[in-house]
Amino acid sequence: MENDNKILEISHLVKSFGNHEVLRDIDFSVNKGDVISIIGASGSGKSTMLRCINLLEIPTGGSILYHGEDITDPKMSIPTYREKVGMVFQNFNLFNNLTVLENCMIGPEKVAKKSKETARELALKFLEKVGMEQYINAKPRQLSGGQKQRVAIARALAMKPEVLLFDEPTSALDPQMVGEVLNVMSALAAEGMTMLIVTHEMAFAKDISSHVIFMADGVIEEEGTSEDIFGNPRKEKTKEFLSRFRNL
Amino acid sequence: MISQMNFLERIIYLLQNYGTSFLKGAGTTLVIAVVSTFIGCIIGFAVGIVQTIPVNTGRDSLLKRVLLRIVKIFLRIYVEVFRGTPMIVQAVFIYYGAAQLFNIQFGMWTSAFFVVSINTGAYMAESVRGGIISVDPGQMEGAKAIGMTHFQAMLHVIIPQAFRNIIPQIGNNFIINIKDTSVLSIISIVDLFFVHKSVAGALYTYFESATIVMAMYLVMTLVSSRLLLLWEKKLDGDDNYELVDTMGVGRQFGGTDAPTREGR
Repeated sequence: MENDNKILEISHLVKSFGNHEVLRDIDFSVNKGDVISIIGASGSGKSTMLRCINLLEIPTGGSILYHGEDITDPKMSIPTYREKVGMVFQNFNLFNNLTVLENCMIGPEKVAKKSKETARELALKFLEKVGMEQYINAKPRQLSGGQKQRVAIARALAMKPEVLLFDEPTSALDPQMVGEVLNVMSALAAEGMTMLIVTHEMAFAKDISSHVIFMADGVIEEEGTSEDIFGNPRKEKTKEFLSRFRNL
Repeated sequence: MISQMNFLERIIYLLQNYGTSFLKGAGTTLVIAVVSTFIGCIIGFAVGIVQTIPVNTGRDSLLKRVLLRIVKIFLRIYVEVFRGTPMIVQAVFIYYGAAQLFNIQFGMWTSAFFVVSINTGAYMAESVRGGIISVDPGQMEGAKAIGMTHFQAMLHVIIPQAFRNIIPQIGNNFIINIKDTSVLSIISIVDLFFVHKSVAGALYTYFESATIVMAMYLVMTLVSSRLLLLWEKKLDGDDNYELVDTMGVGRQFGGTDAPTREGR
């Protein structure tokens, strides 16, 4: 019997661009309520892996099972799958032609085919959650980076996703804005949201994660609980990587 | 008697006697330019959108891929042919070709709309393609990430932004069309230039008539470009926004309270 709590199961995932293998033989699974941080040096394949999970990059090999169904199968509908797997980008990618409210309504309304009123309620609910409800009439270009990212999180949440993928959500932010975004993410984690987070914020990853994946050169070098990886890393590469961050 | 008049008197004479003809000609020119630019934009958007449909080798059926490929080749040919030949020759080619090959006798309006529209369409197709490509790829990713199909993303996110970016191009094409309809006089379309040719030919007042026509073209293009600028401004919207109390109690902030930022 399949484990009902298992949302995603990634096995033998391979991604190459031409001759360059960016990901090799990636295996891990995501259970309901997991908060998994993916850490590692730049170029180690973290973002590519996350983008493969959302099929923004098409994997070259291996499989990604979503509740037991392989989403890399050409017969599976990618848009339907993506509704359930939200994504928050490093560069926000808010729709520049729409207001904050419209940004959060368009998914529920046009994709999930909810009524305008329901979409509006959903959008407002999640904008309130991220503390951006006052800005519903603003356009993205009028917001600060931290505000944009909070709206982007609300937009993803409005689709009621089962999993949220965060691709370096604070890397494009000024230091003083990092906190507001991390606070929102911590609150989500506390509510039991299943999250996959690619991040360079080690202290945050240590605190928030139930599980940590350390990647190096396109493979998962080491994985374990937050205590294992940060408190007691076994592999040389992990130790060396973490030694660069003080105060952990 | 007109031979004894000086320049100014001749102009006044022309305006008094042929003023309505000039105005009618200008009206024809404007109607052709407006309608053809509009139809041309629709053609341009259709072609530009089709040309930017991505082909997904793994997921799309062979039939769809082959079909798309053929359509794209046809559209490419259309764009290259109509961008690469003079409109004056296209007008003759289509007007007489339709009569000779298909026994279709185009009326004045039909042939004018037809020629100018497909010509504008060819130019706009390239502008639209450029406009779509120039939208940050992150916008498409953001749209896909919330489950939009390619079509939905184009409709709600990419095209509105591409449209905003190519308004200057649309304006450009419109102004070019106002001027270039003058070549249609070759297939006897009674536009402003045709009126000029008739009047000047009858009275030998080439310079005076050309002066009037120059001024009329200039007024049309200047007014158009001002109107287009206003339209752009309106589309960009206000740079300020109001903070909203979502409880709807009406405690709205504005003015100095609102954290406004300078426009781009």
